[in-house]
Amino acid sequence: MRSSITIVGASLSGIRAAETLRSEGFKGRIKILGDEERTPYDRPPLSKNFLDGEMPFERLSLISEEKILELEIELELGSKATNLDIESQTLEIEGVKESFDGLIIATGARARQLPNSDEIQGVHTLRSLDDSMRIRDAFKSVKSKVVIVGAGFIGCEVASTARNLELEVTILETQQVPLCHVLGEEVGSIISDFHITNGVDLKCGVEVQEIQGDDQVEGVLLTDGTLIEADLVVVGIGAVPNTEWLESSGLTIEDGVCCDETCLAAPNIVAAGDVARWYHIGYGKSIRLEHWDNAVEQGKYSAQRLLHGKTNHPPYAPVPWFWSDQFDRKIQLAGISSPEDEFEVVVDSPQEGRFTGIYGNEGKLRAVLGINRPRHVMQFKSLIEKGSSWKEALEFASGIE
Amino acid sequence: MRVVVDFDLCESNAICMQIAPDIFEVRDDDFLYVLEETPSEDRRSSLEESVQRCPKQAISIEE
Ligand SMILES: Cc1cc2nc3c(=O)[nH]c(=O)nc-3n(C[C@H](O)[C@H](O)[C@H](O)COP(=O)(O)OP(=O)(O)OC[C@H]3O[C@@H](n4cnc5c(N)ncnc54)[C@H](O)[C@@H]3O)c2cc1C
Ligand code: SF4
Repeated sequence: MRSSITIVGASLSGIRAAETLRSEGFKGRIKILGDEERTPYDRPPLSKNFLDGEMPFERLSLISEEKILELEIELELGSKATNLDIESQTLEIEGVKESFDGLIIATGARARQLPNSDEIQGVHTLRSLDDSMRIRDAFKSVKSKVVIVGAGFIGCEVASTARNLELEVTILETQQVPLCHVLGEEVGSIISDFHITNGVDLKCGVEVQEIQGDDQVEGVLLTDGTLIEADLVVVGIGAVPNTEWLESSGLTIEDGVCCDETCLAAPNIVAAGDVARWYHIGYGKSIRLEHWDNAVEQGKYSAQRLLHGKTNHPPYAPVPWFWSDQFDRKIQLAGISSPEDEFEVVVDSPQEGRFTGIYGNEGKLRAVLGINRPRHVMQFKSLIEKGSSWKEALEFASGIE
Repeated sequence: MRVVVDFDLCESNAICMQIAPDIFEVRDDDFLYVLEETPSEDRRSSLEESVQRCPKQAISIEE
């Protein structure tokens, strides 16, 4: 019987894992370590309605004080795990060793930085609440020119928030079409079109050489020699899993903590959320996701897995799902799409500002994308879960009026 | 138990509809409709899952 379980990472996945341990009947000690000082908060609003000042801070909370007491969770904030030894099952927390019976790794990811830019005032990345507050304050005081490096989901959301605040926005993107490596060229072009319509100056196929400015940022220099003036720069070039503290642990680390199909990384050690790379039996390969819904689900799953063992537990093989809000568009994707897939718009059309499109290959339905079409996304997600063929998906689509 | 949705928070992303289609429905007008306000006890686990997976924390259960 386990008497103590430690969770490293006090955010979405870690908190949901702790709640699950209790709801599954675990009576022992639960300790959560989090290196941030703030009480656990939700991240998606940080680039959306928290960033534009609409959402109050209290609404970001992931768990109330009362709930923490009720569930008897020991929450240690401002406390960073610095090492792990899987043989002796001990953690090191800033030099102090501590043993555990079960461990859930939920240390998430951090924003990737542009080299040599952290010294310059006015250059930001966005991952934490404090990052969001800094950018929000800068939005208020900035003269006007906001430059966003990277047209990924976060960059596109920050652009949309900044435009809603009537700031002048330029996005710099290396690919010819934003998001085309995930959504393909057709959908990438649709997304870039509505950014352009909403007044974003979208520059694609450009490469950043360096950020210029002595103290305060002055501009972004491109490799072709062009200087893009900037009062504020937000860098959105992806995230890196927080695994440095595990380097000598004995775990396999390859762009995330590598786990088996049941999220187990080593005996009595599971991983969940943005930091976890696990073998997804449905896709026949190991994947790592940076999606809110996965952090919740994998947090729950990993807690159950730890308590109940492998034999009582089917592999973790969800159909991934995420959303992104940009201007008045809610973009949702379920499944895994690839630029090589066939893509077909099956309901409405991009011109109408709302539509549903599906991705497929080898005769199978692989993913569904909806812009302001949540109902259909969920309907097709169910079809993907059933393993439906491309033909079945088209038949279903023709039944939608 | 009673299902309560805070419609000021709900953004109709329909994740609850996929989990409990007998309780929640997002229709073509993009609004969420609660089909069953007082579901039977055997629906509790699906309902709790909807509460947890609602990205807006818009759903709650009143006893
Ligand atoms: C601005 C923004 C907008 C987003 N919008 C969306 C969206 O619209 N839709 C969507 O699906 N997803 C979105 N996401 C992604 C989603 O928020 C993440 O998938 C989710 O936060 C992952 O949760 P997590 O608990 O795995 O990791 P994290 O939230 O990264 O939390 C990990 C925690 O562990 C802490 N930690 C790290 N190392 C240590 C250590 N050694 N010791 C102790 N603590 C440690 C970290 O400081 C952090 O608090 C967004 C993310 C961001 C940043
Ligand atoms: S999951 Fe939450 S936000 Fe989404 S439709 Fe249901 S209640 Fe609304």
